[in-house]
Amino acid sequence: MLRKQRKRSSIMRNFTWRNSWGLFFILPSLMGVAGFHIIPFISVVQHSFMVPYGKEIVGFKNYGLVIQNESFQRAAANTGKFLISCIPILMLFSLWLAFFVRSVKRMNFLKSAALLPLAVPVAAMALIWRLLFDENGVLGNVLLGMGKPQTDFFHTSAAFGVLVFTYVWRNFGYDMVLWGSALGSIDEQLYEAAGIDGADRRQKFFYITLPNLMPFVAVITILSVLNAFKVFREAYLISGDYPHDSIYMLQHIFNNWFTNLEMGKMCAGAVILTGVIGACALLLQKMWKEE
Amino acid sequence: MRPVAAKNVERRIKMKRIKVIKFLAAAVVIFIVAAPVYMLVCSSVMAEDELALCYGSVIGDKEGLVKVSLLPAYPTIHWFKTLFLDTPEFFVMFWNSCLYTAGILTGQVLAGTPAAWAFAKWKSKKKKVLFGIYIVLMVMPFQVLMVSEYLVLHKLSLLDTPWAVILPGAFATLPIFIMARFFQTIPDSLLEAARIDGASELTIFLKIGIPLGKAGILSIIVIGFIEYWNAIEAPLTFLTNKALWTLSLYIPKINQQQAGNALAASVVMLKPAVLVFLAGRDYLEEGIAQSGLKG
Repeated sequence: MLRKQRKRSSIMRNFTWRNSWGLFFILPSLMGVAGFHIIPFISVVQHSFMVPYGKEIVGFKNYGLVIQNESFQRAAANTGKFLISCIPILMLFSLWLAFFVRSVKRMNFLKSAALLPLAVPVAAMALIWRLLFDENGVLGNVLLGMGKPQTDFFHTSAAFGVLVFTYVWRNFGYDMVLWGSALGSIDEQLYEAAGIDGADRRQKFFYITLPNLMPFVAVITILSVLNAFKVFREAYLISGDYPHDSIYMLQHIFNNWFTNLEMGKMCAGAVILTGVIGACALLLQKMWKEE
Repeated sequence: MRPVAAKNVERRIKMKRIKVIKFLAAAVVIFIVAAPVYMLVCSSVMAEDELALCYGSVIGDKEGLVKVSLLPAYPTIHWFKTLFLDTPEFFVMFWNSCLYTAGILTGQVLAGTPAAWAFAKWKSKKKKVLFGIYIVLMVMPFQVLMVSEYLVLHKLSLLDTPWAVILPGAFATLPIFIMARFFQTIPDSLLEAARIDGASELTIFLKIGIPLGKAGILSIIVIGFIEYWNAIEAPLTFLTNKALWTLSLYIPKINQQQAGNALAASVVMLKPAVLVFLAGRDYLEEGIAQSGLKG
């Protein structure tokens, strides 16, 4: 009895303003996040095991429907392919540019210029993108000039390339600034010391720059992935609900499920994706904490 | 003596060549960034017949190829006049976009700033789990979060009201992540000193946190403006009433025959984004840079 009381009082004593003030600071935001995402997600999980709009439990039937769905498979493959191809391209290109900006004097304006596409609204550019990539568009002209056949870049597999280009166009400034801050955080003295020891530029790159950039790779990847999902905006505004097969992404299929009110598939799909993306995000997060 | 001089000349030529290459690289980057934007602004002041002549094969049903002209032959503000005087729905959409952006940003600053401060400065083990959840939510694409958001908005019968766009946006977790990075750069010793002087946690937040973390707050406003001015997914999903739509949804729906109107509307939509970008360039850059640095 006495022990219990003492224990409770020690909990009470521990729960003071001094050590729990943070909870009250987080509370307003947490209420919104919990209300819109954490709590309803429980209900999403429930629904994923039930008949759409019913109460009957059907086990993994919805999951089976989603996984066996051909469109879902294609969308998942396309999204995976898109992430695997565009993120290395973006990260390497912007790393190269970040080096370039650092190595040349009076090139800082390039950083600002590179950020401009980020600010340009997607809808404002939709028409221009059509003028550039249509069958009779500017790029078609260039191809014709080189003696190659014109291509319609939206309704053939070239659409995938257009999407990758658009992603890189919009985000290379963003990643360049990220790499720039990473490069800036490397201690200059390391380079000086290596210089005294007779290291050349290549050695400096491989033994100083690269290892020191590694801790940043995880967080830059996370931010690049986050931006990669937004490429749906361009794809949607240019080609609508059902674009060419090569750019039919997970975002499209969710959108179409939503329009057709396919609750069961939507919930099961959301649970699967939350699992996959969440696991990847946590893994990357762990990587960058441990480095 | 001679070989040294020759070597020097050779080196100078090499240096010059590197300089030229670097200049060219910079020019290419700027061209790729600026050309589409220039093309948009240029086309928006073209007269109807010039638009048909140049772009007819893409936006009309003409045969042939697109022609690109560096300057419009007879610049006209005709399209802007029609847009401003004869297209009342344009203003509705414009103000909708403004309302949603302003509402979301207000919510993010009010709810997000204290949370970010706690994530940065509160010494507790519990917060790490929570911050992990916030980061996972930050990476999730809209289409995955949409299901949960829809269920809540449906239950609160907020669908098809401005709140359906504003509320989920106001509780996005990316701005909290960015602001927490800024707050982390404030030295703990400063807070300890204030605590010893008897300042409460709230005073510390208001008198030290906010003034020193001002750059972080401004940077999420710039980043957020760019993001939500551009929003497409949430209004498309949660608003079926077209009177509530945003510019992003309105512009692509403009009739092909009225390409001039669409171009003018695009330029008007571009303007606030570019102005905010120019005014907040440094904060934008700092906000991005901070989010990459280690906490």
